[in-house]
Amino acid sequence: MSRGLKISLTRRYRFAASHRLHSPRLSEQENWRLYGKCSNPRGHGHNYVLEVTVGGPVDPETGMVANLAELDPFVEREVIEAFDQRNINEEVPAFEKCVPTTENVCREIYRRLQSFPAARVERVRIAETSNNSFEYSG
Amino acid sequence: MIRVTRKVEFSAAHFYHNPNLSAEENRRIFGKCNNPHGHGHNYVLEVTVAGEPDPTTGMVLDLTELKALLQREVSDRMDHRHLNYEVPELSGQIPTCENIAAAIWKLLEPKIARGKLDRVRVYESPDLFADCTAGSNGDRA
Repeated sequence: MSRGLKISLTRRYRFAASHRLHSPRLSEQENWRLYGKCSNPRGHGHNYVLEVTVGGPVDPETGMVANLAELDPFVEREVIEAFDQRNINEEVPAFEKCVPTTENVCREIYRRLQSFPAARVERVRIAETSNNSFEYSG
Repeated sequence: MIRVTRKVEFSAAHFYHNPNLSAEENRRIFGKCNNPHGHGHNYVLEVTVAGEPDPTTGMVLDLTELKALLQREVSDRMDHRHLNYEVPELSGQIPTCENIAAAIWKLLEPKIARGKLDRVRVYESPDLFADCTAGSNGDRA
C-alpha cells in the first residue's frame, strides 16, 4: 500500500520518580564534583516524559503499526508500574549498582520494551525536564 | 544538509471500521474509535524538507511556497472534513495517523520544488504521532 515508505508510531507516557546520582566507584568528593546537587543523599525527583516509538509494517486490516489497546497496557505493565512514584535507585533492580542517569534509564526502558510482541520498539526518548532529553535506539 | 520544518494544523473527523471484519471484531480491535458516528481531532502536521541552502537566497526552499503547497494539498483536502468519506487519498484505508502520514507523504513528495521531503509527522494528539520517511530498501509500510 505504501511500498518503500517507513512508518513509525510514537506514543508519549509520563511517570514521576526520584533518583540520586552517585557512583560507588567514586569518592564522596568526586561524586559531589561530578554530579553536584544531583548527588544529594536524600534524592530528588522529576516528572519524566517517555516517548516510545514502534516501527514495522502497517497492518492492512487495522491501518496500524501497533494497536494502542496492546501498546498502552504493555508499557504500563513493563515500565510505568515499575518506575512511577518510585525511587529508581532503591526500587528498580537494574539500578542497584548502576547510576540512574536518564541515559541509563533510557537503556533499561528500551531493554524492558524489546519483548513487545506486536511491533519493533525502535526508540525510547525520555525528557527528564523540559530542557533535557535523552534518546536510545539500541 | 539543513532540515526545515513547517507546521500546519487541521481539524477532521474519522472513525475506525474495517468492512471485512464482523461488528464484534471491529469493536474488539478498535474500541471506542469504532463509534460509527465518528469523532474528531485537531491534527498537527509537521513537514520536514532537507537540502542545502541556496547560495543566493540562503534558503533550502521558499517557505511561502511550502505554506501554499500545504494549504492546497493538505488543508483544502482534509481541514474540517470527514476523513472516511471525503478524502479520496484515504479511500479504502482505515484513517489512522499512520495511513494519514503516508497519504500526505505521497501527496507532497512529487511536488517539493527544492530540497527533498525528509519526514511527514502527524500528531493526532500531543501524546500520539506517526512519522513517515523514505525508508531504506526492504522497509515496507
